[in-house]
Amino acid sequence: MFETLTDRLNSTFSILRGRKELTEENISDGLREVRQALLEADVHFGIARDFTERVRKRLTGEDRLKGVDPSQQFVHAFHNELVELMGPEDAELNVAKSGPTIILMAGLQGAGKTTTCAKLARFLRKKRQMRPLLVAADIKRPAAVEQLRVLGRQLDMPVFHEAGLTPPQVCQKGVEHAKQNGYDLVILDTAGRLHVDAELMAEVAEIAKLTKPHNQVLVVDAMTGQDAVNSAKAFHEQLELTGCILTKMDGDARGGAAVSLKAVTGVPILFTGTGEKIDDIDAFHPERMAGRILGMGDVVGLVDQVQENIDENEAQVQMEKMLLGSFTLEDMFAQLRMIRKMGPMKKVLGMMPGMPKEVRDMDVDDKQMNRLEALFTSMTPIERLKPDILDISRRRRVARGAGQDVSAVNELIKRFKEMKKMMKQLNKMGMGSMFGASAKRDTLRGMSADGELASGGGGMLDSLGALGSGLGAGMKGLGSRLLGGGGLPGGMGDMDMNAMLGGARPMGSSATRKSAAKRKDKKRKDKKKRKGKR
Amino acid sequence: MGLFDRLKQRLTKTRAAISDGISSIFRGGRKIDGALLDELEELLYTSDLGPVATDISAELARMHKRGEIKGEEDVRLKLREILIGKLDQAPSTLTFDAKPTVLLIVGVNGSGKTTSIAKLAHRFLGEGRSVLLGAGDTFRAAAADQLEAWASRSGAEIVRSHQDNADPAAVAFDSVSAAVARKKDVAIIDTAGRLHTQKNLMSELEKVSRVIQKVVPDAPHETWLVLDGTNGQNAINQAKEFTQAVKVTGLIIAKLDGTARGGAIFGIKEALGLPVRYIGTGESMELLEPFEPEAFVDAILGKTLA
Repeated sequence: MFETLTDRLNSTFSILRGRKELTEENISDGLREVRQALLEADVHFGIARDFTERVRKRLTGEDRLKGVDPSQQFVHAFHNELVELMGPEDAELNVAKSGPTIILMAGLQGAGKTTTCAKLARFLRKKRQMRPLLVAADIKRPAAVEQLRVLGRQLDMPVFHEAGLTPPQVCQKGVEHAKQNGYDLVILDTAGRLHVDAELMAEVAEIAKLTKPHNQVLVVDAMTGQDAVNSAKAFHEQLELTGCILTKMDGDARGGAAVSLKAVTGVPILFTGTGEKIDDIDAFHPERMAGRILGMGDVVGLVDQVQENIDENEAQVQMEKMLLGSFTLEDMFAQLRMIRKMGPMKKVLGMMPGMPKEVRDMDVDDKQMNRLEALFTSMTPIERLKPDILDISRRRRVARGAGQDVSAVNELIKRFKEMKKMMKQLNKMGMGSMFGASAKRDTLRGMSADGELASGGGGMLDSLGALGSGLGAGMKGLGSRLLGGGGLPGGMGDMDMNAMLGGARPMGSSATRKSAAKRKDKKRKDKKKRKGKR
Repeated sequence: MGLFDRLKQRLTKTRAAISDGISSIFRGGRKIDGALLDELEELLYTSDLGPVATDISAELARMHKRGEIKGEEDVRLKLREILIGKLDQAPSTLTFDAKPTVLLIVGVNGSGKTTSIAKLAHRFLGEGRSVLLGAGDTFRAAAADQLEAWASRSGAEIVRSHQDNADPAAVAFDSVSAAVARKKDVAIIDTAGRLHTQKNLMSELEKVSRVIQKVVPDAPHETWLVLDGTNGQNAINQAKEFTQAVKVTGLIIAKLDGTARGGAIFGIKEALGLPVRYIGTGESMELLEPFEPEAFVDAILGKTLA
């Protein structure tokens, strides 16, 4: 989502790389580039200016650290300011003390209100066990009521609407209906309106007056340009906005609106819409978003994702196997399945820290992963455990079973062997470069005043690293297969593993070694534990 | 009321912002200097002109150095000249020679495709042509219902599927076939909104375009990309990606009646040379105007400088 902004910023930061110290001059150079990058990302003009000034202050003020790489310091200051700008706190929906919680959704036409209503209702039902009622009050756009009804049917969720009433009346009746029937969440879907349309703006204010919603939420298209700020301000004047939701974040919008909104209106971002499917909605975390904008990945989010979907013990076992060299196709298969559990590949890759541009831009088709899985499942368990027995006739059988060419099987085995070889090498190297990104994160955390980053994720990060490398090899294979088909431009197939894993260089090698030592420690402990069990 | 007046009235907010901005920059008889040009650049930036704003203000600075521009009026005139120059485009090739003339409408989610189609249908019907709409958005809930409601208001015929998630290419095929059979002048095919970053959905679009050719070999005669006028620099990416998937021949800029200024048009024109065909300036069916660079720029800059 923020790829282009990220790349622009990274090239800016690289100007400072290798410099001994931050000076007024190189700060100014860097900031000019940053400002340009922000403007190209649709960050509001005034905010881009103020923002760069604040970063400058931070850099020239007391916060300046001696002996820390200037580019890192620059990134760090930038990161902190970004968090300040977008947060700094995670915002929450207000929940009613008694009676149903009412959420009023407003916004411009085509921002994605109706879809977001359904997504939000489903999210809150799933995560907070709420009983939602959707109220269709968009009588302006043809078939908008029908759209919400269809979504309601898909989600098995009630939709309230009464024909012949004005939108404020529909909303009022909807809230009453919810109270009478014991729903504890009411989401009011209103018509899209332009902020310069006085009549319609008065109407939405009227709805707010009659229903007294606990949350007045503005739905904003992430692709909106400089005008986002104007419309948000106008809505805020008519309503008392409590939050906003950014939609269409799965495009390549550079998210300038996201960065500007909070600063201009003081209204926090609550959620982001990240895809076409009904469960593509995520809570917004300024800290993580800042990390993603800066290409540091969203490690915390990734850990969440992992924790939600993956058994930690299993991941640990997998990693040990890889380290000890007793890695088989069976394990590679298990890893593939584990990673797939975390969600669509594109999303997972976007959260990985230090991913080079080629990987992020790569069009990861989950169908390719299905084909890969088919190859694995066409093998016998013995074959997966002892890949060496896969002679040509067995390979032919596997290919037939998977409905693919023998070359696909060969490719997979080649990748497997490379991966195994790489594991050995990594083992020799003390796995240093592999954890480059997380080490960088650690160091940054050390520098950060609040230091609340990635807390409690330590153990998980280890297994994550292992997963990452597994994923790397898998992707590599995938890439060259895609290349074989002539589909993918650029050298994904020849991608350097180092670039993949160590794209973000560790800041201090000591940090890396320490974590490697820690890891070995843990390994020993775990081994003991398992022995004890036996 | 002439076209220019109507446009001016509809774009009044837009006009107020840039035109008044220029006036306020020059308030008190300020002389042109670096600071003033910076402010001018800011003004252009807030109109979503993006990097084009930097180019323009650099050009103005050059002219100022050479002594070619002196006061507010000079700046306005030059600005007008530069902006119009950037929008210079060939006139529309839509001649309705083919029968049916097939228009394929594409765009990202919520850009205003369906509403723009309704407005186009209204316009063509008003010109005495017969129109058939194809409800090719089979993905979003009730999208076909929305188009049908518009169709019944304007009196256009519609071909739609009553199944959820039907194949959009099949609907497009049926629509164009029906248009041929019923001897319609124009067939306008709606498509589901899709983000330009989603490769598989972009190939779906390619397929729709291909399948239409099975009925009418040289169709779609025009493929128009609908852009949200409030979108910023991202609109350029949208235009790029869509042009790669299907041969986009023109743009419709929707929702230009807010405070948005559609400044991204300039960037798109520069990057891809795509002509703007229509602009949407309001909610009701009549509010779709043919795009004319001079009128548009004049409306933005406010004063008529003949």
